[in-house]
Amino acid sequence: MEHKLTFKEYSEALKEDRLLGLKCQECGAITVPPRITCSKCQGTELEVVQLSGKGTIQTFTTIYVPPEGREAEAPYVVVLVELDEGPWLMGNLGGVDPTKVTMDIIGKRVKVGHAIFPGDKFSAGELVRPLFSLED
Amino acid sequence: MRKVAVVGVGMTKFTGAQSKTAVELFAEAAMDAIAESNIKPRDIQALFVGNALSDIAEGQAQVQVFAADYLGLDHVPANRYENACASSSAAFRDAVMWVASGAFDIVLVGGTETAAKMGTPLATRTFAAASDSRYEYPCGLTFPGVFALLTHLYSRKYSIPLERLKRQMAQVSINSHYYGARNPKAQFRKEITMDDVFNSIMVAQPLQLYDCCPFSDGASAVVLACEEKAKKLSDKPVYVVGLGQASSGNLASQKDYLPRLIARELSAKQAYSMAGLSPKDIDVIELHDCFSIATLIALESLGFFEFGKSGEAVERGETKIGGKIAVNPSGGLKAKGHPIGATGTAQVYEIVKQLRGECGERQVEGAKIGMTDTLGGDGGTICNAILARGW
Ligand SMILES: [Zn+2]
Repeated sequence: MEHKLTFKEYSEALKEDRLLGLKCQECGAITVPPRITCSKCQGTELEVVQLSGKGTIQTFTTIYVPPEGREAEAPYVVVLVELDEGPWLMGNLGGVDPTKVTMDIIGKRVKVGHAIFPGDKFSAGELVRPLFSLED
Repeated sequence: MRKVAVVGVGMTKFTGAQSKTAVELFAEAAMDAIAESNIKPRDIQALFVGNALSDIAEGQAQVQVFAADYLGLDHVPANRYENACASSSAAFRDAVMWVASGAFDIVLVGGTETAAKMGTPLATRTFAAASDSRYEYPCGLTFPGVFALLTHLYSRKYSIPLERLKRQMAQVSINSHYYGARNPKAQFRKEITMDDVFNSIMVAQPLQLYDCCPFSDGASAVVLACEEKAKKLSDKPVYVVGLGQASSGNLASQKDYLPRLIARELSAKQAYSMAGLSPKDIDVIELHDCFSIATLIALESLGFFEFGKSGEAVERGETKIGGKIAVNPSGGLKAKGHPIGATGTAQVYEIVKQLRGECGERQVEGAKIGMTDTLGGDGGTICNAILARGW
Protein backbone atom coordinates (compact mmCIF):
# COMPACT_ATOMS: atom_id res chain seq x y z
CA MET A 1 0.00 0.00 0.00
CA GLU A 2 1.22 3.48 -0.82
CA HIS A 3 1.95 5.99 1.93
CA LYS A 4 -0.10 9.18 1.79
CA LEU A 5 2.61 11.05 3.67
CA THR A 6 6.09 9.65 4.21
CA PHE A 7 8.46 10.45 7.04
CA LYS A 8 10.66 12.27 4.53
CA GLU A 9 7.82 14.37 3.12
CA TYR A 10 6.62 15.23 6.64
CA SER A 11 10.18 16.16 7.66
CA GLU A 12 10.84 18.26 4.56
CA ALA A 13 7.67 20.27 5.21
CA LEU A 14 8.57 20.77 8.86
CA LYS A 15 11.92 22.19 7.71
CA GLU A 16 9.80 24.97 6.12
CA ASP A 17 7.80 25.37 9.35
CA ARG A 18 4.81 23.69 7.70
CA LEU A 19 3.21 21.02 9.88
CA LEU A 20 1.52 18.38 7.74
CA GLY A 21 -1.02 15.87 9.00
CA LEU A 22 -3.50 13.36 7.62
CA LYS A 23 -7.25 13.96 7.72
CA CYS A 24 -9.39 10.83 7.76
CA GLN A 25 -12.15 10.87 5.14
CA GLU A 26 -14.09 8.31 7.17
CA CYS A 27 -14.11 9.77 10.70
CA GLY A 28 -12.58 13.24 10.28
CA ALA A 29 -9.77 12.69 12.82
CA ILE A 30 -6.35 14.23 12.28
CA THR A 31 -3.31 11.97 12.46
CA VAL A 32 0.11 13.53 13.04
CA PRO A 33 2.93 12.49 12.74
CA PRO A 34 1.94 10.33 9.76
CA ARG A 35 0.81 6.72 10.02
CA ILE A 36 -0.42 4.33 7.37
CA THR A 37 -3.85 4.17 9.03
CA CYS A 38 -6.04 6.72 10.84
CA SER A 39 -5.05 7.03 14.51
CA LYS A 40 -8.72 6.97 15.53
CA CYS A 41 -10.53 4.46 13.24
CA GLN A 42 -7.65 2.73 11.41
CA GLY A 43 -9.24 3.81 8.14
CA THR A 44 -7.04 4.20 5.06
CA GLU A 45 -8.85 7.03 3.24
CA LEU A 46 -6.44 9.72 4.36
CA GLU A 47 -5.78 13.15 2.86
CA VAL A 48 -2.71 15.30 3.49
CA VAL A 49 -3.61 18.61 5.15
CA GLN A 50 -1.58 21.50 6.52
CA LEU A 51 -2.18 22.05 10.24
CA SER A 52 -2.23 25.35 12.10
CA GLY A 53 0.98 24.51 13.98
CA LYS A 54 -0.60 26.09 17.07
CA GLY A 55 -1.45 24.49 20.36
CA THR A 56 -1.15 24.40 24.14
CA ILE A 57 1.67 23.07 26.34
CA GLN A 58 0.53 20.02 28.32
CA THR A 59 3.76 19.11 30.11
CA PHE A 60 7.47 19.83 30.00
CA THR A 61 10.87 18.83 31.32
CA THR A 62 14.26 20.50 31.28
CA ILE A 63 16.97 17.97 30.43
CA TYR A 64 20.20 18.53 32.38
CA VAL A 65 21.91 15.17 31.69
CA PRO A 66 21.94 14.79 27.89
CA PRO A 67 22.79 11.80 25.73
CA GLU A 68 26.24 11.39 24.19
CA GLY A 69 26.91 14.00 21.53
CA ARG A 70 24.29 16.49 22.73
CA GLU A 71 26.20 17.97 25.65
CA ALA A 72 26.38 21.42 24.05
CA GLU A 73 22.57 21.63 23.83
CA ALA A 74 21.90 21.08 27.56
CA PRO A 75 20.01 22.30 29.43
CA TYR A 76 17.06 22.27 27.03
CA VAL A 77 13.28 22.08 27.36
CA VAL A 78 11.16 19.24 25.94
CA VAL A 79 7.40 19.82 25.71
CA LEU A 80 4.31 17.86 24.77
CA VAL A 81 1.88 20.17 22.98
CA GLU A 82 -1.79 19.55 22.29
CA LEU A 83 -2.34 20.88 18.78
CA ASP A 84 -5.54 22.82 18.12
CA GLU A 85 -6.52 19.95 15.78
CA GLY A 86 -6.35 17.46 18.70
CA PRO A 87 -3.21 15.32 18.50
CA TRP A 88 -0.26 15.78 20.85
CA LEU A 89 3.19 16.52 19.41
CA MET A 90 6.59 16.44 21.08
CA GLY A 91 9.04 19.25 20.49
CA ASN A 92 11.51 21.60 22.13
CA LEU A 93 10.60 24.99 23.55
CA GLY A 94 12.77 27.90 22.45
CA GLY A 95 12.95 31.54 23.49
CA VAL A 96 12.94 30.79 27.23
CA ASP A 97 15.65 30.34 29.87
CA PRO A 98 15.52 26.53 30.33
CA THR A 99 16.63 26.81 33.96
CA LYS A 100 13.73 29.14 34.80
CA VAL A 101 10.84 27.15 33.34
CA THR A 102 8.30 25.89 35.90
CA MET A 103 4.91 24.21 35.79
CA ASP A 104 3.44 27.68 35.13
CA ILE A 105 4.39 27.07 31.49
CA ILE A 106 1.67 24.41 31.24
CA GLY A 107 -1.38 25.76 29.43
CA LYS A 108 0.59 28.43 27.56
CA ARG A 109 -0.11 28.87 23.84
CA VAL A 110 2.69 28.02 21.40
CA LYS A 111 3.34 27.99 17.68
CA VAL A 112 5.53 25.57 15.77
CA GLY A 113 8.89 26.20 14.13
CA HIS A 114 11.68 23.73 13.63
CA ALA A 115 15.25 22.85 14.55
CA ILE A 116 17.66 20.40 12.98
CA PHE A 117 19.37 17.55 14.82
CA PRO A 118 22.39 16.94 12.59
CA GLY A 119 22.41 13.25 13.46
CA ASP A 120 24.96 10.96 15.08
CA LYS A 121 26.49 7.54 14.42
CA PHE A 122 23.26 5.84 15.51
CA SER A 123 20.71 7.96 13.64
CA ALA A 124 20.01 7.49 9.95
CA GLY A 125 21.28 10.96 9.08
CA GLU A 126 19.88 14.39 9.87
CA LEU A 127 16.53 14.71 11.66
CA VAL A 128 14.19 17.65 12.15
CA ARG A 129 12.03 18.31 15.19
CA PRO A 130 9.40 20.87 16.16
CA LEU A 131 10.79 23.89 17.98
CA PHE A 132 7.88 25.65 19.64
CA SER A 133 7.85 29.25 20.77
CA LEU A 134 5.40 31.07 23.02
CA GLU A 135 2.68 33.04 21.26
CA ASP A 136 2.64 36.74 22.09
CA MET B 1 -2.05 -25.77 27.78
CA ARG B 2 0.14 -27.45 30.43
CA LYS B 3 1.01 -25.95 33.80
CA VAL B 4 4.55 -24.52 33.91
CA ALA B 5 6.76 -24.06 36.99
CA VAL B 6 9.95 -22.28 37.89
CA VAL B 7 12.25 -24.97 39.32
CA GLY B 8 15.45 -22.98 39.70
CA VAL B 9 16.63 -19.37 39.75
CA GLY B 10 19.96 -17.60 39.69
CA MET B 11 21.31 -14.07 39.45
CA THR B 12 24.66 -12.33 39.64
CA LYS B 13 25.18 -9.47 42.01
CA PHE B 14 24.07 -6.34 40.18
CA THR B 15 26.89 -3.79 39.97
CA GLY B 16 28.31 -0.73 38.29
CA ALA B 17 30.89 -1.18 35.53
CA GLN B 18 32.80 -4.47 35.93
CA SER B 19 35.07 -6.65 33.81
CA LYS B 20 33.01 -9.73 32.92
CA THR B 21 31.33 -10.13 29.51
CA ALA B 22 27.58 -10.41 28.99
CA VAL B 23 28.07 -14.12 28.23
CA GLU B 24 30.06 -14.71 31.43
CA LEU B 25 27.49 -12.89 33.55
CA PHE B 26 24.65 -14.86 32.00
CA ALA B 27 26.45 -18.16 32.51
CA GLU B 28 27.03 -17.40 36.21
CA ALA B 29 23.34 -16.80 36.78
CA ALA B 30 22.32 -19.71 34.56
CA MET B 31 24.57 -22.26 36.29
CA ASP B 32 23.07 -21.28 39.66
CA ALA B 33 19.57 -21.77 38.24
CA ILE B 34 20.59 -25.08 36.65
CA ALA B 35 22.16 -26.34 39.88
CA GLU B 36 19.03 -25.43 41.87
CA SER B 37 16.95 -27.37 39.33
CA ASN B 38 18.92 -30.61 39.78
CA ILE B 39 19.55 -30.83 36.03
CA LYS B 40 22.57 -30.63 33.73
CA PRO B 41 23.02 -28.08 30.92
CA ARG B 42 22.33 -30.88 28.40
CA ASP B 43 18.80 -31.33 29.82
CA ILE B 44 17.81 -27.87 28.57
CA GLN B 45 15.85 -27.95 25.31
CA ALA B 46 15.75 -24.24 24.41
CA LEU B 47 17.24 -20.92 25.49
CA PHE B 48 15.45 -17.55 25.66
CA VAL B 49 17.62 -14.51 26.46
CA GLY B 50 16.59 -10.91 27.09
CA ASN B 51 19.27 -8.45 26.06
CA ALA B 52 18.94 -4.92 24.79
CA LEU B 53 22.37 -3.49 24.10
CA SER B 54 25.14 -6.06 23.64
CA ASP B 55 25.56 -5.02 19.98
CA ILE B 56 26.70 -1.60 21.14
CA ALA B 57 28.11 -2.42 24.59
CA GLU B 58 30.33 -5.24 23.34
CA GLY B 59 29.95 -5.33 19.56
CA GLN B 60 28.11 -8.62 20.08
CA ALA B 61 24.89 -9.50 18.31
CA GLN B 62 23.45 -13.00 18.84
CA VAL B 63 24.76 -12.96 22.41
CA GLN B 64 22.37 -15.85 23.18
CA VAL B 65 24.07 -18.38 20.90
CA PHE B 66 27.45 -17.71 22.47
CA ALA B 67 25.86 -18.03 25.91
CA ALA B 68 24.34 -21.38 24.89
CA ASP B 69 27.72 -22.62 23.67
CA TYR B 70 29.60 -21.32 26.72
CA LEU B 71 27.14 -23.12 29.00
CA GLY B 72 27.44 -26.39 27.08
CA LEU B 73 23.84 -26.55 25.93
CA ASP B 74 23.31 -29.15 23.21
CA HIS B 75 23.00 -26.95 20.08
CA VAL B 76 19.47 -26.04 21.18
CA PRO B 77 17.41 -23.25 19.60
CA ALA B 78 18.48 -19.98 21.22
CA ASN B 79 16.57 -16.73 20.72
CA ARG B 80 17.12 -13.19 21.90
CA TYR B 81 14.38 -10.80 22.96
CA GLU B 82 14.82 -7.06 22.67
CA ASN B 83 12.09 -5.13 24.44
CA ALA B 84 14.34 -2.54 26.08
CA CYS B 85 14.03 -2.77 29.89
CA ALA B 86 11.36 -5.49 29.60
CA SER B 87 13.49 -7.78 27.41
CA SER B 88 13.75 -10.76 29.75
CA SER B 89 10.10 -10.46 30.80
CA ALA B 90 9.10 -10.85 27.16
CA ALA B 91 11.55 -13.77 26.94
CA PHE B 92 10.04 -15.29 30.10
CA ARG B 93 6.50 -15.03 28.76
CA ASP B 94 7.40 -16.73 25.50
CA ALA B 95 9.46 -19.41 27.27
CA VAL B 96 6.46 -20.25 29.47
CA MET B 97 4.24 -20.47 26.39
CA TRP B 98 6.62 -22.86 24.64
CA VAL B 99 6.63 -25.21 27.64
CA ALA B 100 2.87 -24.82 28.14
CA SER B 101 2.34 -25.77 24.50
CA GLY B 102 4.10 -29.08 24.96
CA ALA B 103 6.92 -28.27 22.54
CA PHE B 104 9.56 -28.39 25.30
CA ASP B 105 9.65 -29.82 28.84
CA ILE B 106 12.63 -27.92 30.26
CA VAL B 107 13.94 -24.55 29.09
CA LEU B 108 16.29 -21.83 30.32
CA VAL B 109 15.28 -18.18 30.23
CA GLY B 110 17.03 -15.10 31.53
CA GLY B 111 18.67 -11.84 30.67
CA THR B 112 22.07 -10.20 30.63
CA GLU B 113 23.35 -6.65 30.20
CA THR B 114 26.59 -4.73 30.49
CA ALA B 115 25.15 -1.21 30.44
CA ALA B 116 27.23 0.41 33.18
CA LYS B 117 30.36 -0.52 31.24
CA MET B 118 29.26 1.89 28.50
CA GLY B 119 29.50 4.95 30.75
CA THR B 120 26.69 7.46 31.34
CA PRO B 121 26.78 9.47 28.06
CA LEU B 122 26.73 6.43 25.74
CA ALA B 123 24.30 4.51 27.97
CA THR B 124 21.97 7.53 28.01
CA ARG B 125 22.15 7.67 24.20
CA THR B 126 21.51 3.97 23.66
CA PHE B 127 18.72 3.76 26.25
CA ALA B 128 17.08 6.70 24.47
CA ALA B 129 17.04 4.56 21.33
CA ALA B 130 14.11 2.72 22.94
CA SER B 131 12.01 5.87 22.57
CA ASP B 132 10.86 6.99 19.10
CA SER B 133 13.92 7.66 16.93
CA ARG B 134 11.81 9.66 14.46
CA TYR B 135 9.77 11.91 16.72
CA GLU B 136 11.27 11.82 20.23
CA TYR B 137 15.03 11.38 20.07
CA PRO B 138 15.50 14.39 17.74
CA CYS B 139 14.06 16.50 20.62
CA GLY B 140 16.81 15.16 22.89
CA LEU B 141 14.40 13.08 24.94
CA THR B 142 16.08 10.85 27.52
CA PHE B 143 14.45 8.22 29.75
CA PRO B 144 14.51 10.39 32.84
CA GLY B 145 12.92 12.95 30.50
CA VAL B 146 10.01 10.60 29.72
CA PHE B 147 9.19 10.16 33.39
CA ALA B 148 9.79 13.84 34.13
CA LEU B 149 7.08 14.67 31.55
CA LEU B 150 4.80 12.15 33.28
CA THR B 151 5.56 13.64 36.70
CA HIS B 152 4.25 17.07 35.70
CA LEU B 153 1.20 15.47 34.05
CA TYR B 154 0.55 13.45 37.23
CA SER B 155 0.87 16.52 39.45
CA ARG B 156 -1.68 18.38 37.32
CA LYS B 157 -4.10 15.53 36.73
CA TYR B 158 -4.47 14.62 40.41
CA SER B 159 -3.99 18.18 41.75
CA ILE B 160 -1.02 17.22 43.90
CA PRO B 161 1.36 20.20 44.25
CA LEU B 162 4.78 19.31 42.83
CA GLU B 163 6.56 19.84 46.17
CA ARG B 164 4.19 17.38 47.86
CA LEU B 165 4.47 14.88 45.03
CA LYS B 166 8.26 15.06 45.11
CA ARG B 167 8.28 14.14 48.81
CA GLN B 168 6.07 11.14 48.07
CA MET B 169 8.40 10.15 45.22
CA ALA B 170 11.43 10.56 47.48
CA GLN B 171 9.84 8.16 49.95
CA VAL B 172 9.66 5.57 47.16
CA SER B 173 13.45 5.83 46.70
CA ILE B 174 14.05 5.75 50.46
CA ASN B 175 12.04 2.52 50.72
CA SER B 176 13.96 0.96 47.82
CA HIS B 177 17.29 1.73 49.45
CA TYR B 178 16.05 0.41 52.81
CA TYR B 179 15.47 -3.00 51.22
CA GLY B 180 18.50 -2.78 48.94
CA ALA B 181 20.63 -2.46 52.06
CA ARG B 182 19.22 -5.88 53.07
CA ASN B 183 19.81 -7.61 49.71
CA PRO B 184 23.33 -9.05 49.20
CA LYS B 185 22.79 -8.99 45.40
CA ALA B 186 21.93 -5.27 45.30
CA GLN B 187 24.10 -2.63 43.64
CA PHE B 188 23.42 -0.05 46.39
CA ARG B 189 23.46 -1.49 49.90
CA LYS B 190 23.02 1.73 51.80
CA GLU B 191 20.02 3.55 53.18
CA ILE B 192 19.28 7.12 52.10
CA THR B 193 17.37 10.06 53.57
CA MET B 194 14.93 12.65 52.23
CA ASP B 195 17.84 15.15 52.25
CA ASP B 196 19.97 12.83 50.12
CA VAL B 197 17.24 12.79 47.47
CA PHE B 198 16.64 16.54 47.51
CA ASN B 199 20.36 17.36 47.52
CA SER B 200 21.14 15.17 44.50
CA ILE B 201 21.76 16.69 41.07
CA MET B 202 18.90 17.53 38.71
CA VAL B 203 18.76 15.03 35.85
CA ALA B 204 15.54 15.99 34.06
CA GLN B 205 13.40 18.49 35.91
CA PRO B 206 11.79 17.59 38.30
CA LEU B 207 13.65 14.26 38.61
CA GLN B 208 16.85 14.32 40.61
CA LEU B 209 19.55 11.65 40.65
CA TYR B 210 17.97 9.73 43.54
CA ASP B 211 14.65 9.59 41.70
CA CYS B 212 16.45 7.54 39.03
CA CYS B 213 17.66 3.96 38.89
CA PRO B 214 21.35 3.47 38.04
CA PHE B 215 23.08 2.03 35.00
CA SER B 216 24.07 -1.52 35.89
CA ASP B 217 25.79 -4.71 34.79
CA GLY B 218 24.34 -8.09 35.68
CA ALA B 219 22.39 -11.17 34.67
CA SER B 220 19.57 -13.37 35.89
CA ALA B 221 18.23 -16.77 34.84
CA VAL B 222 15.34 -19.12 35.49
CA VAL B 223 14.75 -22.79 34.66
CA LEU B 224 11.18 -23.62 33.64
CA ALA B 225 9.69 -27.10 33.54
CA CYS B 226 6.34 -28.65 32.75
CA GLU B 227 4.33 -29.81 35.78
CA GLU B 228 5.29 -33.46 35.42
CA LYS B 229 9.03 -32.73 35.38
CA ALA B 230 8.76 -29.92 37.94
CA LYS B 231 7.33 -32.27 40.56
CA LYS B 232 10.35 -34.55 40.12
CA LEU B 233 12.95 -31.76 40.08
CA SER B 234 11.81 -29.54 42.93
CA ASP B 235 10.15 -29.78 46.35
CA LYS B 236 9.09 -26.16 45.94
CA PRO B 237 8.02 -25.56 42.34
CA VAL B 238 6.63 -22.07 41.77
CA TYR B 239 3.88 -22.08 39.15
CA VAL B 240 3.42 -19.35 36.56
CA VAL B 241 -0.33 -18.77 36.88
CA GLY B 242 -0.78 -15.48 35.03
CA LEU B 243 0.94 -13.68 32.16
CA GLY B 244 0.28 -10.45 30.28
CA GLN B 245 1.99 -8.28 27.70
CA ALA B 246 0.94 -5.22 25.72
CA SER B 247 2.54 -2.49 23.60
CA SER B 248 2.16 1.23 22.85
CA GLY B 249 3.67 3.79 20.51
CA ASN B 250 5.44 6.99 21.52
CA LEU B 251 4.35 9.14 24.44
CA ALA B 252 2.32 11.64 22.39
CA SER B 253 0.36 8.78 20.83
CA GLN B 254 -0.76 7.74 24.33
CA LYS B 255 -2.33 11.16 25.05
CA ASP B 256 -5.79 9.85 25.90
CA TYR B 257 -4.40 7.91 28.90
CA LEU B 258 -1.38 9.79 30.26
CA PRO B 259 -0.04 9.80 32.92
CA ARG B 260 -1.54 6.29 33.00
CA LEU B 261 0.17 3.81 30.69
CA ILE B 262 -2.48 1.88 28.80
CA ALA B 263 -0.16 -1.03 27.99
CA ARG B 264 0.22 -1.77 31.71
CA GLU B 265 -3.49 -1.79 32.32
CA LEU B 266 -4.07 -4.19 29.41
CA SER B 267 -1.18 -6.42 30.41
CA ALA B 268 -2.20 -6.58 34.08
CA LYS B 269 -5.78 -7.39 33.13
CA GLN B 270 -4.58 -10.32 31.04
CA ALA B 271 -2.42 -11.61 33.89
CA TYR B 272 -5.14 -11.30 36.56
CA SER B 273 -7.71 -12.86 34.24
CA MET B 274 -5.50 -15.82 33.33
CA ALA B 275 -4.75 -16.42 37.01
CA GLY B 276 -8.34 -15.89 38.15
CA LEU B 277 -6.94 -13.52 40.77
CA SER B 278 -7.28 -9.84 41.70
CA PRO B 279 -4.89 -7.29 43.23
CA LYS B 280 -6.01 -8.17 46.77
CA ASP B 281 -4.66 -11.71 46.27
CA ILE B 282 -1.09 -10.52 45.65
CA ASP B 283 1.24 -10.71 48.69
CA VAL B 284 4.37 -9.25 47.12
CA ILE B 285 5.22 -7.42 43.91
CA GLU B 286 8.43 -6.57 42.13
CA LEU B 287 7.48 -3.60 39.94
CA HIS B 288 9.30 -1.40 37.47
CA ASP B 289 10.56 1.53 39.56
CA CYS B 290 12.93 2.89 36.91
CA PHE B 291 12.06 6.34 38.26
CA SER B 292 10.31 7.15 41.54
CA ILE B 293 7.16 8.45 39.79
CA ALA B 294 6.97 5.17 37.85
CA THR B 295 6.22 3.32 41.08
CA LEU B 296 3.24 5.56 41.87
CA ILE B 297 1.82 5.17 38.35
CA ALA B 298 2.36 1.38 38.41
CA LEU B 299 0.75 0.86 41.83
CA GLU B 300 -2.44 2.51 40.58
CA SER B 301 -2.58 0.83 37.17
CA LEU B 302 -2.01 -2.57 38.76
CA GLY B 303 -5.04 -1.99 40.97
CA PHE B 304 -3.43 -1.64 44.41
CA PHE B 305 -4.50 1.96 45.07
CA GLU B 306 -6.90 4.50 43.59
CA PHE B 307 -5.62 6.81 40.87
CA GLY B 308 -3.76 9.74 42.40
CA LYS B 309 -3.64 8.11 45.84
CA SER B 310 -0.58 5.86 45.79
CA GLY B 311 1.81 8.60 46.99
CA GLU B 312 -0.19 8.97 50.20
CA ALA B 313 -0.19 5.18 50.57
CA VAL B 314 3.61 5.13 50.24
CA GLU B 315 3.86 7.85 52.91
CA ARG B 316 1.66 5.75 55.22
CA GLY B 317 3.98 2.76 54.81
CA GLU B 318 1.42 0.68 52.93
CA THR B 319 3.97 -0.42 50.33
CA LYS B 320 6.49 -1.72 52.84
CA ILE B 321 6.65 -5.28 54.15
CA GLY B 322 3.72 -5.62 56.54
CA GLY B 323 1.70 -2.97 54.65
CA LYS B 324 -1.16 -3.50 52.23
CA ILE B 325 1.17 -4.75 49.48
CA ALA B 326 4.91 -5.44 49.87
CA VAL B 327 6.59 -3.56 47.03
CA ASN B 328 10.11 -4.27 45.76
CA PRO B 329 11.60 -6.06 48.78
CA SER B 330 14.65 -6.69 46.56
CA GLY B 331 15.39 -2.97 46.57
CA GLY B 332 13.82 -2.62 43.11
CA LEU B 333 15.55 -1.17 40.10
CA LYS B 334 16.53 1.85 42.19
CA ALA B 335 18.70 0.04 44.73
CA LYS B 336 19.12 -3.51 43.44
CA GLY B 337 20.17 -2.06 40.07
CA HIS B 338 18.85 -2.19 36.52
CA PRO B 339 20.94 -4.13 33.99
CA ILE B 340 18.04 -3.68 31.63
CA GLY B 341 17.89 -7.00 29.79
CA ALA B 342 18.30 -8.87 33.08
CA THR B 343 15.69 -6.98 35.08
CA GLY B 344 12.55 -9.01 34.25
CA THR B 345 13.88 -12.40 35.25
CA ALA B 346 15.61 -10.82 38.26
CA GLN B 347 12.11 -9.80 39.38
CA VAL B 348 11.05 -13.44 38.90
CA TYR B 349 14.12 -14.48 40.94
CA GLU B 350 13.04 -12.30 43.86
CA ILE B 351 9.42 -13.45 43.78
CA VAL B 352 10.46 -17.12 43.67
CA LYS B 353 12.83 -16.59 46.61
CA GLN B 354 10.09 -14.76 48.52
CA LEU B 355 7.53 -17.53 47.92
CA ARG B 356 10.10 -20.11 49.07
CA GLY B 357 10.81 -18.04 52.20
CA GLU B 358 14.52 -17.60 51.47
CA CYS B 359 14.88 -13.81 51.75
CA GLY B 360 16.19 -13.40 55.28
CA GLU B 361 15.68 -9.93 56.74
CA ARG B 362 13.73 -8.74 53.68
CA GLN B 363 11.33 -11.72 53.76
CA VAL B 364 7.61 -11.08 53.27
CA GLU B 365 6.34 -13.58 55.85
CA GLY B 366 4.02 -16.23 54.48
CA ALA B 367 3.99 -14.88 50.91
CA LYS B 368 2.05 -17.31 48.70
CA ILE B 369 1.36 -15.31 45.54
CA GLY B 370 3.68 -12.78 43.90
CA MET B 371 3.66 -10.61 40.80
CA THR B 372 6.16 -8.98 38.47
CA ASP B 373 5.76 -5.81 36.41
CA THR B 374 8.30 -4.73 33.79
CA LEU B 375 8.22 -1.72 31.48
CA GLY B 376 10.27 -1.10 28.36
CA GLY B 377 10.61 2.28 26.65
CA ASP B 378 7.89 4.96 27.04
CA GLY B 379 5.49 2.21 28.06
CA GLY B 380 6.28 0.67 24.66
CA THR B 381 6.31 -2.79 26.22
CA ILE B 382 4.77 -3.78 29.54
CA CYS B 383 4.79 -7.35 30.86
CA ASN B 384 3.25 -8.85 33.97
CA ALA B 385 3.53 -12.30 35.51
CA ILE B 386 1.81 -13.84 38.52
CA LEU B 387 3.55 -16.68 40.36
CA ALA B 388 2.14 -18.98 43.02
CA ARG B 389 3.51 -21.56 45.46
CA GLY B 390 3.11 -25.11 44.19
CA TRP B 391 3.29 -26.79 47.58
ZN1 LIG C 1 -10.58 7.75 10.94
